[in-house]
Amino acid sequence: MLIECRNLNKNFGSKTALKDVSLNVESGKIIGLLGPNGSGKTTLIKILSGILTPSSGDALISGKPIGIETKKIVSYLPERTYLNEWMSVRQAVSFFSDFYSDFSSETAYDMLERLNINPAERLKTMSKGTREKVQLILVMSRKAELYLLDEPIGGVDPAARDYILKTILGNYSENASVVISTHLISDIEHVLDDVIFIKYGSVTLHSSVDEIREQHGKSVDALFREVFAC
Amino acid sequence: MPWNFNSTTPIYIQIIEHIKMSVAVGDYRAGDKLLSVRELAAEAEVNPNTMQKALSELEREGLLYTQRTSGRFITEDKEVIASLREQLAAEHLNAFLKKMNRLGYSPDEAVELLGRYISETGSERGGK
Repeated sequence: MLIECRNLNKNFGSKTALKDVSLNVESGKIIGLLGPNGSGKTTLIKILSGILTPSSGDALISGKPIGIETKKIVSYLPERTYLNEWMSVRQAVSFFSDFYSDFSSETAYDMLERLNINPAERLKTMSKGTREKVQLILVMSRKAELYLLDEPIGGVDPAARDYILKTILGNYSENASVVISTHLISDIEHVLDDVIFIKYGSVTLHSSVDEIREQHGKSVDALFREVFAC
Repeated sequence: MPWNFNSTTPIYIQIIEHIKMSVAVGDYRAGDKLLSVRELAAEAEVNPNTMQKALSELEREGLLYTQRTSGRFITEDKEVIASLREQLAAEHLNAFLKKMNRLGYSPDEAVELLGRYISETGSERGGK
């Protein structure tokens, strides 16, 4: 099992962000982590990437407790940018290449070229969408076992969105899994194996996309709108 | 044929139908080699696991076969392809009759209407 969570809880003061989350994720899958704003998607991803520690419960990746060893095999795309703005794209690439032994500069330059991003440009002068593309390229250029992508397509235009999804499909290997958190469900539904619905910090559904369509006769997007109707 | 997916049926089932149709209309011919799972998945913009699931199912049904080293092929059994065509035609006929029934026509009346329609609109609508 690639990800194992057992009774994870996370509280911020009196606020409960995650409540008794238990889930297993196997290798070789693309999983959508879906939930409305404030449902705990980012908190769960941050715990898995080792940025937050759970208040109680256990999380294992490839059987290892979260720490240095799991950071080597987890590639994480945060929802906010963390790269230094004064850096050029080229500097950011070499920064990643210094940091991660599984990073491929060649893959990164290849994708940058496909998206017409000039490696000499500074992040500071880029549009928000372009900066997001650069970050996703950096994250996907690692040969990781688990990719945790927090809202990877929120800020980019639909054409680039398609390219990014193709990039995700083309770059993950058969023994890697990709967890994508998003609320743009209909855009990514066709690439997902499984979906996890999360509501008020609890997992309410963990199912394959095919099962949902078979059982409910509707798309994940339609089911989401039903389950989370305001 | 381009890949178009509706949002209510499981995608692997739609892939199965798409490939069957491609074989029935002759886009794929007996013995043709298919692209790899990854390539097909990229082309259809679906998950490789989903494509794999659809291809395995088609293999189980006998429309595809795998040769260990060289890849996946459309069956060379022309009878399988002929019966696939018949099966798809039967599905269309069934759907046609169901719709005519909802409009209040019995099967006999539907056949009669169809005959009249074909002779009135001439032969330009005929098959290839």
